[in-house]
Amino acid sequence: MEWPAPLRGPVRQRGTMANHSISTMSIRDCRIRLMRGGAGAPLLFLHGGGGMGIWLPSMARLAKKFDVIAPEHPGFGESDTPAWLDTIADLANFYLDFLDQLDLRGVHLVGSSLGGWIAADLAIHNCNRLASLTLVGAAGIYVDGVEQVDTFLCSEEKRIRDLFFDPDLAEAVIASSERPEMEDAVLKNRMVTAKLAWQPRNHDPHLHKWLHRIKVPTLLIWGGHDRLFPKEYAFAYQRLIPGAKVAVIPDCGHLPHVEKGDAFAAELEAFIGGTRIAA
Amino acid sequence: MKFFNFHLMPYRHADLDAIAKNGSAWVTLSNRHYDPQKGAELYHEYLDQMELADKLGFDGVCLNEHHQTAYGMMPIPGILAGALARNVKRAKLAILGRALPLINNPLMVAEEYAILDNLTRGRLIAGFVRGIGAEYHAMGINPAHSQERYSEAHDLIVRAWTEPGPFSYAGKHYQFRYVNPWPRPYQKPHPPIWIPSQGSGSTIRWAARMRYTYCQTLSPIAAVARFFQMYRDEAEKAGYHASPDQLAWSNTIYVAETDEKAVREARPHLEALMNYFLKMPTEMLLPPGYTDPASMKRVRAAKVTGKPQSIEDVIKAGVVIVGSPNTVREKLAEYQDLAGFNTSLTKTQFGTLPDDMARANMTAIAQEILPHFRDRSPQGTRREAAE
Repeated sequence: MEWPAPLRGPVRQRGTMANHSISTMSIRDCRIRLMRGGAGAPLLFLHGGGGMGIWLPSMARLAKKFDVIAPEHPGFGESDTPAWLDTIADLANFYLDFLDQLDLRGVHLVGSSLGGWIAADLAIHNCNRLASLTLVGAAGIYVDGVEQVDTFLCSEEKRIRDLFFDPDLAEAVIASSERPEMEDAVLKNRMVTAKLAWQPRNHDPHLHKWLHRIKVPTLLIWGGHDRLFPKEYAFAYQRLIPGAKVAVIPDCGHLPHVEKGDAFAAELEAFIGGTRIAA
Repeated sequence: MKFFNFHLMPYRHADLDAIAKNGSAWVTLSNRHYDPQKGAELYHEYLDQMELADKLGFDGVCLNEHHQTAYGMMPIPGILAGALARNVKRAKLAILGRALPLINNPLMVAEEYAILDNLTRGRLIAGFVRGIGAEYHAMGINPAHSQERYSEAHDLIVRAWTEPGPFSYAGKHYQFRYVNPWPRPYQKPHPPIWIPSQGSGSTIRWAARMRYTYCQTLSPIAAVARFFQMYRDEAEKAGYHASPDQLAWSNTIYVAETDEKAVREARPHLEALMNYFLKMPTEMLLPPGYTDPASMKRVRAAKVTGKPQSIEDVIKAGVVIVGSPNTVREKLAEYQDLAGFNTSLTKTQFGTLPDDMARANMTAIAQEILPHFRDRSPQGTRREAAE
């Protein structure tokens, strides 16, 4: 789940795209990096196995309405790798500490892929600080009989191709992905992703038992052509989380916030707007 | 020097075209290609070869462990060791497996090895390995836990063998209310522990400190010499002088009347091993977390799993020794002196080599090579030689 190279690297945008900062902070013994921009209700975005990436156009758009906070998980990129980091549950508990320390309330929690798994695990334990939950191509559960690519047993090129619906976008990402300065972060992210998700592969066999405990409005945004967690996963999550809505984005792969940023942000804005009216 | 007949027990009837098409003989090559009729014959053929090695005067026989692959049919080497334990009368019995991190209950290895040590009345050599990366795909074990599980399982097994039970054990990966295995090992304090590796610096350092015999797997002799020198250096740092008996080189030897005949006969079978049975993509060999990022970068840069190798390539690099008795004696003496080892773990059957040729090779090695090295130790191995 590596970020497309044209969309990562040093952030140079200014103006409407660049209303964010990159800083570091410590939660107990662990120092992490985070991007933050905009104003409004807090929107916490948890990235997938590919790492934090850059301030995406979809984030810049959301920052016009929300206080968008996109941390880099412990164990990834330039964040610390704490000795306690072994499981997704460790990260879910870490982000509960994070919400407490920042004293965030009414949070719109959004998680992509492995970050969606963290978000779901966090929400079954404690929804007190959440206003809504959005899972995007999320890992965490297992659906029998659905064909899924193996992102560990494949070449770098195939792994990138499998992320996207648009082959031209995939090729552009591949062409620019062999930058040597990225290698350390890529290897580190791959290693921690394996540690968290190798076995049981990309899921916790106990998570599905407790998803009914999620008491906040929940949206499931899925690429219609997600080859990692095909859209059957969205419907399986929908059956397990009371009242969850599904938004399938057509012509889109595993990373809607990257590949179809506007459609992704529009779905999220409409959903959050709807929850406010309902409230 | 001591000679061990080292068997991989390849499924030598494998469809090489199917391997080429699949890109590897490991993990994803469908077991539809395994014919149990042929497999049953092969197990007996190979076990008979091991018994022959004992009769011919090899100092030991040596088994191995790999999973879900045509490369070797020994996922559970202890069963084959058990099948050999009563008919191999004299030779040592070495298992250069158990891949400890793959096992969810390491006490079963303590038990299995203790039984074999009793059965052989103290002729077992206990190997502890991590297993190659492909094993982690095949067995559903997290490669990022590999080092931790290895180290914890090793400590637990050695304690189970040496501390009177019952005692309790609570580790990160393994927990037991009662550790109290019956039987206890026959040898005191426990069977010799051998550590095979592809040349990991941390493994070499650890093996040297623990005074375990280090076995270098399939590598060019110059690299072997470098790794063995690292071991001797680490031993010096740990305050002792390493003996050549602590170093074992895993090789392949094929002997025929002339160099030309030996190369001609060995070629298809050795090239099948190098270019089909061993072939795997980098992501299969090195899953994320199996090794640290620095080693990972080195391997990626070297692109180890690249082009096909000819028999001439591997002879020239000193990965194997193939030739007339005279050539093999000269090369082996040269390599022994260069690298400073006193044990040769020799594959006498390799790749697709059929039974009659394997037995002829074993007999030739026993008659033409072994007697000349029986009392030979490395001569003049110096630091410079390894550089």
